[in-house]
Amino acid sequence: MEETSRRTFLGTVGAAASSSASPGDEQVHEHQDVPSEPALRVKALESLLVEKGIVDPAALDAIVDYFEHKVGPRDGARIVARAWVDPEFKQLLLTDAPTAIARLGYSSVRGEHLRVVENTSKVHNLVVCTLCSCYPWALLGLPPVWYKSNAYRSRAVIDPRGVLKELGCAIPENVEVHVWDSTAELRYLVVPERPAGTEGLSEEELAAMVSRDAMIGVAKVGGPIQEGPK
Amino acid sequence: MNGVHDMGGMQNMGKVSLEKNEPVFHQPWEGRVYALNRAAAAGGKWNLDASRHEIELIPPAEYLRMSYYERWHARLVELLIKRQMVTRGEIQSGQRDPGSIKSTPVMKGGNLPVLAPANPERPTAQVAARFAVGQRVRARNINPAHHTRLPRYARGKQGVIVRHHGIFIFPDTNAHGEGENPQHVYSVRFAATELWGTNASSRDSIHLDLWDAYLELA
Repeated sequence: MEETSRRTFLGTVGAAASSSASPGDEQVHEHQDVPSEPALRVKALESLLVEKGIVDPAALDAIVDYFEHKVGPRDGARIVARAWVDPEFKQLLLTDAPTAIARLGYSSVRGEHLRVVENTSKVHNLVVCTLCSCYPWALLGLPPVWYKSNAYRSRAVIDPRGVLKELGCAIPENVEVHVWDSTAELRYLVVPERPAGTEGLSEEELAAMVSRDAMIGVAKVGGPIQEGPK
Repeated sequence: MNGVHDMGGMQNMGKVSLEKNEPVFHQPWEGRVYALNRAAAAGGKWNLDASRHEIELIPPAEYLRMSYYERWHARLVELLIKRQMVTRGEIQSGQRDPGSIKSTPVMKGGNLPVLAPANPERPTAQVAARFAVGQRVRARNINPAHHTRLPRYARGKQGVIVRHHGIFIFPDTNAHGEGENPQHVYSVRFAATELWGTNASSRDSIHLDLWDAYLELA
């Protein structure tokens, strides 16, 4: 993990970070130059775009801060917990998610194109984007690396049961697996099954049990949970 | 485009490994490149579909070798050059060409808008829906060299329309500056056995959200 602080990162950048592409050769694709020193190249690019007045560094700080601190799986978990305790809310959530989450104070932009699907004793849902990395980030934050990985994107549609088993979430043969490939602008959120024995818990306590991975469909609540950013 | 990005159904890509306590960004530069993409896109010089397509244009071997945010960096550089916002010389030197025009950033730190999903606005044009819930359809067997959101693994396969999502911008034209071409989008359920053969579970299904132009009656 790089220890560079954001301030240092924004500091003066010289030509040291310049590209090694062959000058004047239009056939040389810039893509080939990226992986060697991505931190330096990104720093040089930021410096250039600030100098050219294309981006404002304060806006970049605010965007990073938003995704590191202001949006994340707790938003989705709050919605799931409400669906568990309020059947009428859950019904609305499954038929008209944007309207439902607006009741919890989430603006229409955050609910835009949201579609919520429910796990039951008969159906298990799994969300993927095979073409890129579409994800309900307005309610879960940015997706984890595994969700964007070639392995997950390629396998989730052809071998969902194999992927789920590998991740410790084996699905019984008599349960249907429904995979949702996010090919358009719809964004999918899974309401996992509410674990037995949680009748006495408050909505807040229930929300604390709901992991990001359960809302993507690769974990159960009360089962193996991979902790993501809160 | 039948690119390597269209990887649904490919094999031998390795195991899916989860990371405990994963940070939002693993390195500061990842956050910066993400933010640079968002802030530069706010200038309106390209739309979401063009932006997605630019990642698809990364040569396949490079695409597979790069990390996710390396792709975002490569995509941003190419878009900036294509839209003549920077020159390749400026990228290489890291210095602004003397005499080049200085812009004013569209997205400002002090009044950052609510960070809405990058999804395009819904078009207001009214067009008729070609299909209805319950109809059996086939995803067309098309192989366009341009941007498309119809994955190869569904082409030529039959499914059922299970939900009507309304009207959306058509990415195949919008990505190339050829207009929004608004049309209806449906959730289409394909049986896993239709897509992958009899080794797949007969209980399982894969749902894709598909535009009118991708579909024909089965």
